[in-house]
Amino acid sequence: MNKRDFIAIGIVIILSALGFIFLNFNLKNDAQGGETVKISVGADIYGTYPLNENDEIKINTKNGFNTVVIENGSVFVKDADCRDRYCVRQGKIRNGSIICLPHRLVIEIESNDKSIDAVAG
Amino acid sequence: MAKQISKTAVFTALAMIFSYIEAVIPFNFGIPGVKIGIANIVIVTALYRFGVKEAVGISFIRVFLIGLLFGNIVSLVYSLSGAVLSLIGMIICKKLKLSIIGVSAVGGVLHNTGQLSAALIMLQSTAVTYYLPVLLVSGLITGILIGIVARQTNKVLKKINF
Ligand SMILES: [Zn+2]
Repeated sequence: MNKRDFIAIGIVIILSALGFIFLNFNLKNDAQGGETVKISVGADIYGTYPLNENDEIKINTKNGFNTVVIENGSVFVKDADCRDRYCVRQGKIRNGSIICLPHRLVIEIESNDKSIDAVAG
Repeated sequence: MAKQISKTAVFTALAMIFSYIEAVIPFNFGIPGVKIGIANIVIVTALYRFGVKEAVGISFIRVFLIGLLFGNIVSLVYSLSGAVLSLIGMIICKKLKLSIIGVSAVGGVLHNTGQLSAALIMLQSTAVTYYLPVLLVSGLITGILIGIVARQTNKVLKKINF
């Protein structure tokens, strides 16, 4: 490897990150409420649920099923029929998100201190 | 000409085998969508041994056949995005006279960037962004390793006059 390689790799990594951040800002348009669990399938919001209420949500889409459990302020996927089962293996979360790529399913915990609406153009 | 086509076919078959291995034995990084992209060994080798046309051809046939055989429309979009972005980057970098390892490293990074961008757009979720740093680093490491393997493979192929 030579100097030219390192420069090119550096540029590509920076451009990737910038491009991604740009895409990201263009998506931040949903108003964010209290501490809720937002479940979405693709571009559609499947439902929002309060994080402080225990619940078991069975999600059936044409892609397959995921069973999401809200328990004592945390969320996890109890069962799913996706091929990789990453969503199940990600375990319990109290913030952030669980993603099931094969089913295009995203489970996000949204807190009220995030109001990024101003960024949406 | 016929000889060139059969060589390209052998490479396509190889790329399919690598993709198949990756599909049945998911190399688990604990992050959704992370594929090592070992089929890129074949693409990088083809890019240097044969040329741009052949590498692009092998890559597209691989993506569509693997999508048809083992995937769904979602995984097809992911791998197509990764493959296209990675090919464009590698072709440009080869023109810029980067070493084979540099070209492959750029390909690895862009492979993952493409997949993750597709996920971001299709899932309409900014949540996937958490995975960006890990994906960039794993793409870089994989790309460098693939570059080293492809360089050695090309030496052998030259020797046996393939
Ligand atoms: Zn899953």
